[in-house]
Amino acid sequence: MRPLTLQRVVLRCAILAAILFFVVVVALKMGAVQVSLYGLARDLLSVLFGHTQAISSDYGMIVMDIRLPRILLGLVVGASLAVAGTSFQALLRNPLADPYVLGISSGAAVGSILALIIESSLSFSPEVAGLITPLGAFLGAAITIAAVYFLGRREGQIDSGTLLLGGIITASFLSAVIMFLLSSLAGGNLRGATYWLMGDLSTPQPKSLLYLLGVGFVIAFGAIYTTASDLNLLLAGEKEAMHLGVDVRRVRVVVYLAASVLTGLAVSVSGAIGYVGLLVPHVMRLIFGSDHRMLLPAAALGGAIGIVVADTLARTITSPTDLPVGAVTALVGAPVFIYLLRRRLA
Amino acid sequence: MSTQRHPPLAHAAADSGQQRSNSDIRLSVEQVSYAYSANPSQAPLFTLEALSFQARPGEIVAILGPNACGKSTLLKLISGALEPLSGRIFLNGFATNSLSTKTRAQRIALVQQESPLLFPSRAWQFVLQGRHAYGRTLRFETDDDVAIANNALAQVNASHLSDRWMDKISGGEKQRIVLARALAQQPLLLLLDEPTLHLDIGAQVDLLVNLRRLAAENRYTVVVVTHELNLAGEFADQVVLLQKGRCLRVGRPAIVYQKDLLEQVFQAPLSVELTASGRPRVTLLSNN
Repeated sequence: MRPLTLQRVVLRCAILAAILFFVVVVALKMGAVQVSLYGLARDLLSVLFGHTQAISSDYGMIVMDIRLPRILLGLVVGASLAVAGTSFQALLRNPLADPYVLGISSGAAVGSILALIIESSLSFSPEVAGLITPLGAFLGAAITIAAVYFLGRREGQIDSGTLLLGGIITASFLSAVIMFLLSSLAGGNLRGATYWLMGDLSTPQPKSLLYLLGVGFVIAFGAIYTTASDLNLLLAGEKEAMHLGVDVRRVRVVVYLAASVLTGLAVSVSGAIGYVGLLVPHVMRLIFGSDHRMLLPAAALGGAIGIVVADTLARTITSPTDLPVGAVTALVGAPVFIYLLRRRLA
Repeated sequence: MSTQRHPPLAHAAADSGQQRSNSDIRLSVEQVSYAYSANPSQAPLFTLEALSFQARPGEIVAILGPNACGKSTLLKLISGALEPLSGRIFLNGFATNSLSTKTRAQRIALVQQESPLLFPSRAWQFVLQGRHAYGRTLRFETDDDVAIANNALAQVNASHLSDRWMDKISGGEKQRIVLARALAQQPLLLLLDEPTLHLDIGAQVDLLVNLRRLAAENRYTVVVVTHELNLAGEFADQVVLLQKGRCLRVGRPAIVYQKDLLEQVFQAPLSVELTASGRPRVTLLSNN
């Protein structure tokens, strides 16, 4: 019997954080302008530990102003989606649950676009306007998950198959709504549609939104983490968890709201990137087991690593053209989804 | 295990529930009834008429009756999963529905019919879940929790299964691990919903012998829902006999097991005889 300890969680997270740092450095190096890996790591560490304010070398601007913001954005988006996926899998007791597969990302995208339409018709100050899109995305995500949750219920219990079908139909319906809204929007173009439907990190985001994303992630992740040991018991069913002392209603509300915030924030800045919330939790579960006290931080770091790798591939395979990052995650994610589905049916 | 157990009175200060002064009664079900209807405006689809019984520490109570007679409903009412329509259920003098979820889990453990696991877990991880109600938010398991879980596994003779995966062990072994998790809760009241379902006769007897020993050693009050008339007759101190939501008889097996009564309840020709130990034995007679 070797129960999980805090020390082991911290140690494993430190290893994952080191891998993440390495991946970020490599991602910063990749691109049209070549930079030295060693020099980059040294410069980044000195910025990270506050020795200098900025990288002064000739590649400083490319690295700090162009590549780094995109990587940081991907990092938080990946972490958010992976944590949301882990939470939905436990909450809905379905290993195939993922914000994208269940249509929650599409719901957030519809919310974002509607918010953009409202924002353009009313004249807000720039500070308020920046907050409206993520708010719309959160509401879109929350409403969609509520709808999918009720669609997936049969005789008072969540039915796995019905839930997935409900999610897939919701996603396809909402994709149609996205296309309709974009075509009616002035300046709506194919690239915009790709952004919302496939997920893309290439559009630069205002700094205030990045801060909001970071703060939102920390709060929502913290809220979900307080329910980590409850989620372990919820895997055996809501009634069983209640008999073991879990306040099921509280856990459901906290996780439902926080996972909707994570999905909403991620989608409002990157569109609907698929399968990260499905793949990453499964990989982390294979490595670290299914205890959520370990799995949630591992999924956050793993999601960040995964999306930085996927985005680096997206902007280098077909260079100089950028692929949407969602195309890369779907290429890997869809076959894994089918594998998991078949294993479950077997 | 008993040394680690919270004495019942230790809980008293934390409770806001109504207290009664019954000295030797652990569980008291008082005029409890329940009605289920799919729609509040419609007539109830199922009614459990008011019934009462009491149980002491160390006693095993068997709830018996044909399918859909209300056995599981009664167990859910005792566990607190359902609110009674009328009447009250007291555990050590405290109304069970006034207890918080956590306190209830520290006092009442429920072994339900099998529920599938979403992701594989090892037997020891499963047993440690029984300690959840004793931890604070985010608390990692302490050495005490581990000792109690190990003790629980030893009590059901399953220490050797500790490192095995739950989906790779037999039905009987799984039942013992589930029971160990309930013991790790260190409850006052142990509830079991058809624990012998899917078990072969050897494993059924093994489980009941274990329950008898645990109830005696740890002074648990055990309430078990079962279809096994002979096992209940052999191991229970009290039997609650239900039919179509009505409680027909409560008492010692030798008193409740009357040929005419059982034939009427189970709609089958039976013979009932008393063994040398004074326990009743039921035999199904052929219709021909």
